[in-house]
Amino acid sequence: MTEPIYIIDGARTPFLKAHNAPGPFAASDLATAAGSALLARQRFLPEQLDEVILGCASPSPDEVNIGRVVALRMGCGLKVPGWTVMRNCASGMQALDSAIANIRCGRSQLVLAGGVDALSRAPLLFSDPMVRWFAGWMGARSLGDKLAALKKFRPAYLAPVIGIMKGLTDPIVGQLMGQTAENLAWKYGISRYDMDAYAVESHLRVAAAQDAGHFADELVPLIEADGTVHAADDGLRRDASLAGMAKLKPFFDKKYGRVTPANSSQITDGATWLVLASEAAVEQFGLTPLGRIVDSQWAGLEPEEMGLGPVHAATPILRRHGLGLDDLDLIEINEAFAAQVIACLRAWQDDDYCRHRLGLEGALGAVDPARLNVDGGAVALGHPVGASGARIVLHLLHALRRRGGRRGLASICIGGGQGGAMLVEAL
Amino acid sequence: MRYANWTLERDAEGIAWATLDVADAGANTLGLAVMTELGDILDELDRQPPTGLVIRSGKPAGFIAGANIEEFTRIDSAEAARALVSRGWSLFDRLTAVKYPTLALIRGHCMGGGLELALACRYRITVDEPGTRLALPEVMLGIYPAWGGMLRLPALIGPAAALDLMLTGKGVDAAKARRLGMADACVPPRVMDNAARMLLLSGQAPHPLPFMQRLLNGPLRGIVARKARAQVAAKARPEHYPAPYAILDVWSNYGGNALDVPASSPSSLEAILRSPTAGNLIRVFFLQERLKGFGKDADFRPRRVHVVGAGVMGGDIATECALRGMIVTLQDQSVERIAPAIARAGKRFARKFRGKPREARFALDRLIPDPAGHGVAQADVIIEAIFESLDAKRSLLADIERRARPDAVLASNTSSLRISDIASALADPARLVGIHFFNPVAMMPLVEVVRTGATAEDGFRRAAAFVRKLDKLPLPVKDEPGFLVNAVLGPYMYEALRCVDEGIAPATIDAAMTAFGMPMGPIELVDTVGLDIAVAAGKALAGADAVLPRSLAERVAAGQLGKKSGQGFYAWPGGKVSRPAAGAIPEGLAARIIAPLLAASQACVDRGVVADADLADAGVIFGTGFAPFTGGPLNFARGPRAAA
Repeated sequence: MTEPIYIIDGARTPFLKAHNAPGPFAASDLATAAGSALLARQRFLPEQLDEVILGCASPSPDEVNIGRVVALRMGCGLKVPGWTVMRNCASGMQALDSAIANIRCGRSQLVLAGGVDALSRAPLLFSDPMVRWFAGWMGARSLGDKLAALKKFRPAYLAPVIGIMKGLTDPIVGQLMGQTAENLAWKYGISRYDMDAYAVESHLRVAAAQDAGHFADELVPLIEADGTVHAADDGLRRDASLAGMAKLKPFFDKKYGRVTPANSSQITDGATWLVLASEAAVEQFGLTPLGRIVDSQWAGLEPEEMGLGPVHAATPILRRHGLGLDDLDLIEINEAFAAQVIACLRAWQDDDYCRHRLGLEGALGAVDPARLNVDGGAVALGHPVGASGARIVLHLLHALRRRGGRRGLASICIGGGQGGAMLVEAL
Repeated sequence: MRYANWTLERDAEGIAWATLDVADAGANTLGLAVMTELGDILDELDRQPPTGLVIRSGKPAGFIAGANIEEFTRIDSAEAARALVSRGWSLFDRLTAVKYPTLALIRGHCMGGGLELALACRYRITVDEPGTRLALPEVMLGIYPAWGGMLRLPALIGPAAALDLMLTGKGVDAAKARRLGMADACVPPRVMDNAARMLLLSGQAPHPLPFMQRLLNGPLRGIVARKARAQVAAKARPEHYPAPYAILDVWSNYGGNALDVPASSPSSLEAILRSPTAGNLIRVFFLQERLKGFGKDADFRPRRVHVVGAGVMGGDIATECALRGMIVTLQDQSVERIAPAIARAGKRFARKFRGKPREARFALDRLIPDPAGHGVAQADVIIEAIFESLDAKRSLLADIERRARPDAVLASNTSSLRISDIASALADPARLVGIHFFNPVAMMPLVEVVRTGATAEDGFRRAAAFVRKLDKLPLPVKDEPGFLVNAVLGPYMYEALRCVDEGIAPATIDAAMTAFGMPMGPIELVDTVGLDIAVAAGKALAGADAVLPRSLAERVAAGQLGKKSGQGFYAWPGGKVSRPAAGAIPEGLAARIIAPLLAASQACVDRGVVADADLADAGVIFGTGFAPFTGGPLNFARGPRAAA
């Protein structure tokens, strides 16, 4: 806790909404494009980094250890180690935290850390019965064996397993992430209207922020090999309205549920990077930090209530620093689901939950909506799982600097029943 | 025995490993001494036969670069020519006939006589590395592969593929050599020695030529040769380029043995080796080697390049840099202006790295759109390629100078402005050099490196070294209007346009000049570069009040700017020229149009734009495509001459 951790700069790709088909960029393409542009504007050379750490929940099979793959593709040279971290939806935040740890223990002075995912490229998998049948087929030597194997084949084996549905299903409790959001809606009586209204607000805030150029400092445009330009986040619906939201059907608990695709985060491709530096590196290279990361925290809770992860991770930080919610100039709670963000706010106002689950003496209080996710969130921007945790930290710093704030907190819920949070200070 | 250029070792299995490492040379060539020693080695092995013979290179640069071309230039008689051919033919014949198996282990370049040596072995292995390249490029020097290449390559891979290689001189990589059947295996370097040993001792029969190919290389030879001759005729005239015709003749009528061709035949080795074309093309080869030498003395490894201006020139310069492994930041006013350059780069990389999508992707990774111009601060080389405005270039480069590293090369790609006029905006005008590329950048081998009287020697040398890293040919030129190439091309194009003014049809003019040997007629060239550019170039050369050819002025006034507007002197439907049939070519037309080019070349030498006449010839050939068989404009102006 002694060594200050500086954030020097950061950049991200536009977040590109998936359209039921592989998007134009693989995860490593996204991370390389954003990282190359970010490194090209630094006062140090890529070769001078001590390491590259990349969070990614679902690299493709040809991107194993995507952190190293991207480090090489960005031109960091053979000698800069690269590695990959995975903590589901907080993989990007985990990369920052791993960088912090290595800087604190003196292993590294200058680290490029971030997160990426190209969810549109999540694979279709063969079902287990199909794989088993195929193994038998390959083992069949004689014509008789082959005929016998053929007889065992069932057309149903061909039905693919959708990789992303697997990824978004909790492996312990077997619930889809959206179903865990339904749990929270039930627990806190969050209505469909509450969620839809929150979602509309997220779109309106992103639209206003885009119009005001509030993402310009963090965005690196992407250009496809055919010259197509992607300059802005494309998940935004400028026509978002309550009436429009109301048309969608519940997706996770069909028919009777409340969580719809529209009041959930979007399935999206994107990458975010931050440059983290020690005091020594700041001096050595003459760097000008945007801010610093003061503290970080991880927490665990019931997988079926994973959406409350932010309160479990943020609360200990606030206690350690003797801060109340009002002492934060801005707060980011990653919008995995509108219901889940609302549930976090309600949990902090819930005397019982704060006492029994967070070890507080009473309700922590209300979060001022004017300080929460001021430029919108993942409902409108999308949630490229591994990238989001890094994005909210970077954006929080830019928003603090823009508004003259100093202290901010970024937090994220994590599939599997965890939460992560970081306390930052703008400089 | 000990050899000056070879080492011969025998291993435990009785395999003889002959390693060629030509003394006092960077690359292996097959000079007299090397070949005599190879004969001695065969003698030694005859006395005590090995279980097999592997021939390999001890040079990191490659296998064998070819015959020793210096020796060619010393041929002074028909007898000497015959002796030179006979020496290689019989040596490789002898190598083919030895009782023990033989194998050429080919790593790196394997050209001309080197490939003919490899073809004389029973087996060939290519090592799968980017530098491995096999070719019979003799035709490009106006000669032919007379040491057995014309016999053995068609027999090995069939006449269609073999003639294609021999008539164009183009090379194939390690994998393609395997696919064509030139190599028996293509292996990574880590297993090459083991592969050589196993293949050599395998007793494996050479793979047979398919039946159809055997027919084409046997009874149907005449038909194949006729068809190939027609294809050659579409590209090269026999009076300009006799060698490809001779290759077909020697292959189809003399079994690939040039020694059997009577001296009176135009295909004879006497006729070919002593033709003016061969003399001139060999001269061009040495001119090219001379250009390659510029920048050699600078220890400069540019890693990062910043290019300002993502138009066709800037974008393509950036693309070539990324292609050669440099990290490039490409700046223009917006991402949308940069995107078309990225798209062109994407196409170029996909073509260049066909079958290797990862390499293509990595090249794109190295090309970074940089609308804010951040890349300036890290760059080793910074090239300005914006529109031709003196004020804009001056202020841009002055700003770049403030942000660039003090040791970065600052360059302008201007074609019509003076480097010194731009440089005076810099705090240190000595820093600016001109690095003038030609369009299309990917195709044009020449790059003019421009220095003013003030340009620092070190910056100039590093600029030339940078050009070499792009595998282009740097030509040092003085900071005079049009430098060399445009100063020479301008008067030539204007003379052609004046002929149009006089009523000669553009197609007739172009036909006259392509018949002369130019790669493209001058009128089509004007259409291709753009009529507006031609106007600007004329003014830059002759002053603002220069009299424009009427035909040019009228079309520019009518908005007919050539290919880019769809109409110039020709119509360009779909970007392809639509050229009417040429009329009868008036007597002396080509000589009239070429005369100003010859005069301008001489004037450039006289004014010291280039250091000497040879560099003028080199620059005009590699910068304009000026008929290479002439040996260049000034060589041509001196009149026809026999090979040395």
